[in-house]
Amino acid sequence: MIMTNTLDSSIVAEPNTNGKNVVIDCKIRNLYYGKFRAVRDSHIPVEEGQVTAFIGPSGCGKSTALRCLNRMNDLVRGFRFDGHVHFRGKDIYHRNVDPVAVRRYIGMVFQQPNPFAMSIYNNVAFGLRLNRVKDDIPERVESALRGAALWDEVKDKLKNSGLSLSGGQQQRLCIARAIATEPTVLLMDEPCSALDPIATRRIEELMTELKEKYTIAVVTHNLQQAQRVADKTAFMYVDTSDGGRTGYLVEYEDTGQLFEDPKEEYTKQYIRGEFS
Amino acid sequence: MAITLEGDVPIDSVASPPSRLDIAGDRTFRGLTYVFSWMTIFLVLYIVYEIAGKAFPAIQEYGFGFVTGTTWDANRGEFGVFPEIWGTLYSSILALMLGGFFGVSIAIFLTQDFLPPKLEVVFKNIVELLAAIPSVVYGLWGIYVVIPALRPTANWVHEHLGWIPFFETSLSGPGMLPAAMVLSIMILPTISAVSRDALCSVPHRLKEAAFGLGATRWEAILGVILPTSATGIFGALVLGFGRALGETMALAMLVGNSNQVSLSLFSPANTLAALLANNFPEAGKLEEGVLMYAALILMAITLLVNLVGTAIMNRAQRRLSGGER
Amino acid sequence: MSNQIEITHSFAGVDFPQLERSLRHPRTLVSSLLSLLTGFVTVVACVPLFSVLFMLIYRGGKRLSLSLFTQTPPSAFESGGGFGNAIVGTLTMVGIAALISVPFGVLAAVFLAEFGPKSKTASAVRFCAKLLTGFPSILAGVFAYAAVVLMTGSYSAPAGGVALSILMLPIVMLTAEESIKMVPHKMKEAAIGMGATQTQVVWRVTLPSAMPGMLTGVMLAVARASGETAPLLFTALNSNYWIMQDGNLALMEPTASLAVLIFNFSGVPFESQIELAWAAALVLVLIVLAVNIGGQVLSRKRVTR
Ligand SMILES: Nc1ncnc2c1ncn2[C@@H]1O[C@H](COP(=O)(O)OP(=O)(O)OP(=O)(O)O)[C@@H](O)[C@H]1O
Ligand SMILES: [Mg+2]
Repeated sequence: MIMTNTLDSSIVAEPNTNGKNVVIDCKIRNLYYGKFRAVRDSHIPVEEGQVTAFIGPSGCGKSTALRCLNRMNDLVRGFRFDGHVHFRGKDIYHRNVDPVAVRRYIGMVFQQPNPFAMSIYNNVAFGLRLNRVKDDIPERVESALRGAALWDEVKDKLKNSGLSLSGGQQQRLCIARAIATEPTVLLMDEPCSALDPIATRRIEELMTELKEKYTIAVVTHNLQQAQRVADKTAFMYVDTSDGGRTGYLVEYEDTGQLFEDPKEEYTKQYIRGEFS
Repeated sequence: MAITLEGDVPIDSVASPPSRLDIAGDRTFRGLTYVFSWMTIFLVLYIVYEIAGKAFPAIQEYGFGFVTGTTWDANRGEFGVFPEIWGTLYSSILALMLGGFFGVSIAIFLTQDFLPPKLEVVFKNIVELLAAIPSVVYGLWGIYVVIPALRPTANWVHEHLGWIPFFETSLSGPGMLPAAMVLSIMILPTISAVSRDALCSVPHRLKEAAFGLGATRWEAILGVILPTSATGIFGALVLGFGRALGETMALAMLVGNSNQVSLSLFSPANTLAALLANNFPEAGKLEEGVLMYAALILMAITLLVNLVGTAIMNRAQRRLSGGER
Repeated sequence: MSNQIEITHSFAGVDFPQLERSLRHPRTLVSSLLSLLTGFVTVVACVPLFSVLFMLIYRGGKRLSLSLFTQTPPSAFESGGGFGNAIVGTLTMVGIAALISVPFGVLAAVFLAEFGPKSKTASAVRFCAKLLTGFPSILAGVFAYAAVVLMTGSYSAPAGGVALSILMLPIVMLTAEESIKMVPHKMKEAAIGMGATQTQVVWRVTLPSAMPGMLTGVMLAVARASGETAPLLFTALNSNYWIMQDGNLALMEPTASLAVLIFNFSGVPFESQIELAWAAALVLVLIVLAVNIGGQVLSRKRVTR
C-alpha cells in the first residue's frame, strides 16, 4: 500500500456536472472480486449535507459500492476497481493516496454493531487517540455520545464494557465512535438491520440530526426508511444477462421523485414490491 | 504545494492523516513481524546445519558402517548405532501398539456418548493431565513402581514361556518392556487427543444415517464412524510414533543402556535418544562428533515420521472439509 | 444382522418382532462387550496418573519441608539438604527461554494471522513451526550444545534457556496465531474503518482481545519447558551451588535444575538423595500443574463475542 499523506496537485478533479456541491463523486466502470464482476457502470454522486440512500435487491452490490467510498474493499483479496472515486475533487484510488488517511475522513458504521471489547469511554476515545488528539478528550467523548443520542443512557457507566450494551445502544455507540473525530462523510451499511423498530426509529432520527454536520451515505433494505431519511436515492439492480450477477445503477434521483415517479421500469416494479 | 485530503473540513474536526510517526511505526512493525517469521525458517535450517555440520567429520570417518555397526567402544574408537536404532524402533513400535490401542479406545469411549457429558470432561482432563507430568517424573516412577511391579510376573513368564523369543531373558531391572510401557503412557494423550478431534469431526448426519438403518452403536462406530475418521486416526498414530521415537528421559532411565539387539521384552536395550542423554555429558572430543552423527540419524528418522504424520493430518482435514460441502 | 431380520419377517400376524433389548442377540452382546472393554480401558488409563500422584505424595511428601527450598543438595552420605538452587536454576532458564520465545513467537504469529495469512512465507513458517512441535527435546539440547556451549566455551544457564526456547517457540507461535484469528473480524473492520493503520489495529484491538488466549499458550509452553530434562543435560549441566554466589551472578557457569537433579539422583544408591529426588519431583509436578491450571483458567476467560 502507498504511504503518503498528501496528494500532489497533478490529480485533477472532474468538474461537477450537476453543479451541486458533490463531496464524493463515485464512478464505477467495473469492479471485480477475483474473476467475479460485482458492479459495473454506476455513477453515484454523494452531495454535501445530504443523506444519500442506496436501495436494491440483495446482492446487487450496494455494500460493495458503499465500501468503495472509503476503500474498505482494499481488504478483500482479489478486489479490482476500474473507475474513480473523487473525494473533494481528489481521486482516492490514485496510487499516491494512503487508504488509511482516506478512512480518517470518511468514517463507517457497519451492519452488525461492532464495539471493541473495551469500555464505552475507550470505544469513543479510540479514534481520538488514533488521531493523536491530546486535549479535551472527555469533552469530545461526551459530545460524540450526545451526538449519537446515547449520553443520557450511559453517562453513569462509561467504564462498563461496550459489549454490555443492548444491540441498539451498541449501534449508537458505534455511531458515536465514528463521529467523535468529526469525519466529513459517514457511510452506513444497513445500520438498522440488526435492530428492533424502536431502536431503528432512534437511529433514523439521529441521521436526520447528523446531516446538519455530516454528509451521510446509507445502504438500506427498508424502502420506508429511505423515504423517511434520504434526500437522494440510488436504486441498483442485478444484471444477469451475461451469465454473471453484476450490479449496476438503474436510477439516481431526489428521493421524492424516485418513489413517486420513477423513470425506469425496474425501479417502478421494485418499489411496488413486485420483486425483491 | 501539496494538496492534502483535509480541504475545507469542518473547523472542529480532529481528523488528520496518519502522522509520519504512525506510518514509520506501521512499516517497522510489519517489517519486524516479517523478519521474525523468516527467522523461524532460518532457525530450522540452522538447527539442521549445526547438527549436520558437527556430525560431518564423523560421517566422513565412519560412513555407513556406523549405522550397521554394533559395538560402542570409545577407548578403541569403535562406534556403531545399530542396536540403538533397533531399540528406538522396537520400543516405539511396542509403545505405539499399547498406546495406540488405549488412545483410540479412549477416544471412542469419550466421544460416542457412552458417558454423561460431565464425566466425559472429567476423563478427558485426566488423560490430558497424563501429558502434563514431566517425563523425568515418569522415569522415576518407572524405576520405583513399574519395574518392581513387573518383575515377578515377567520372571514367571520367562520361566514358563522362555522358548518364545519375546520372553527369552529374565527381567533383572531396567528393560525393554517397562520402558515401552511408560513410553506408551506418555504418547497416549497425544494419540487420544488427536483421534478425538478426528472422531468429533465426523458429521453427525452420518451417524444418524447408520442408526436410522438399525445399526447398533458399535455397528455404527465400526462401520461408519471409524472408517470416516480413519485418516485422522492414522495421522494420530503416526504423530504418536514420532513422539515415541524422540522421547528421551523415560528411556534413558528405564531401558538399561545396553548395546544389544534382542527381541526379548525383558532384556535391557538402548535407544538413540537415551544414548545421547547418557553419553553426551561425559563425551570426549572424538565421541562428541560420533554422537552428533547419532543425533543426525535420530533427527532424520523423526523428521521423516513427523512429515508423514503432518501430511496425513492435512489430507484428513482436506478430505473432511471437501466432504462437508 | 441377519438374525433379527428373519424374525421380523415372519408375517404370521401373531408373531411380533422382538423389540426388547436382550443380551441373547449376538449383536447386542458384542456391542455391550465392546462398550465394557473401552470403558475398562479408559479407567485403566487413569491408573498411572493416580499411581504417580500417590507416589509423589507418599514418597515426596515425607521429605517436604522449608529447608528444601533454602538449602543445596547433600553429598552422598549426608542427610538433609534441599534443592533451592535447582528451583532458582529452573526458573532462571525458563525465564530466559520465555524472553526469547515469547516476543519471537508472538511477532511471527502476528504475521501469520494478520499481515500475510495466505502468503507463501506464512505456509513455510507454519510448516517449520509444526516440525518444531514434533522436534525431539534431546535434539534441542544437541543444537544448543553445538551453537551455544561450544561457542561460549562453557555450560551455562543461557545455553539451557536457548534449548528450552526452541521447544517453547512453536507452542507460543501456533497458539498465538489461533487466538489472534479468533478475534472477531468485525472488530478489526471497525478499527480499519476509522482509519487505523494495520499496526494500530493490531496493537489496539487485536492483541488486547487475543491476550487471554496468547497467555494460555505461553503458560502451556512454560509448563512444558519447566519439566524438560533432556535439553538441559549437556547445556546447563548441573551444579551444587546457587546461581547467585557472594553477590555475583554466575550466569555463565553450569546451572542446576529440578529436572536434571531428579535424573541424577534417581539412579543413585543413597537413600537421602533418592528421597530428595522424589521431593523434587513433587515440587516440579506442583509447579507444572499450577502453571497448566493457570493457563486453563485464562483460556476459559477468552473473549469470543
Ligand atoms: N468479499 C467478497 N468476495 C467475493 N465476492 C463478494 C464479496 N463481497 C461481496 N461479494 C459479491 O458481490 C456481490 C455484491 O455483494 P454486496 O454485498 O455488495 O451486495 P448487497 O447489495 O450489499 O447485498 P445485501 O443487500 O444482501 O447486503 C454479491 O454477488 C456477492 O456475492
Ligand atoms: Mg450488504
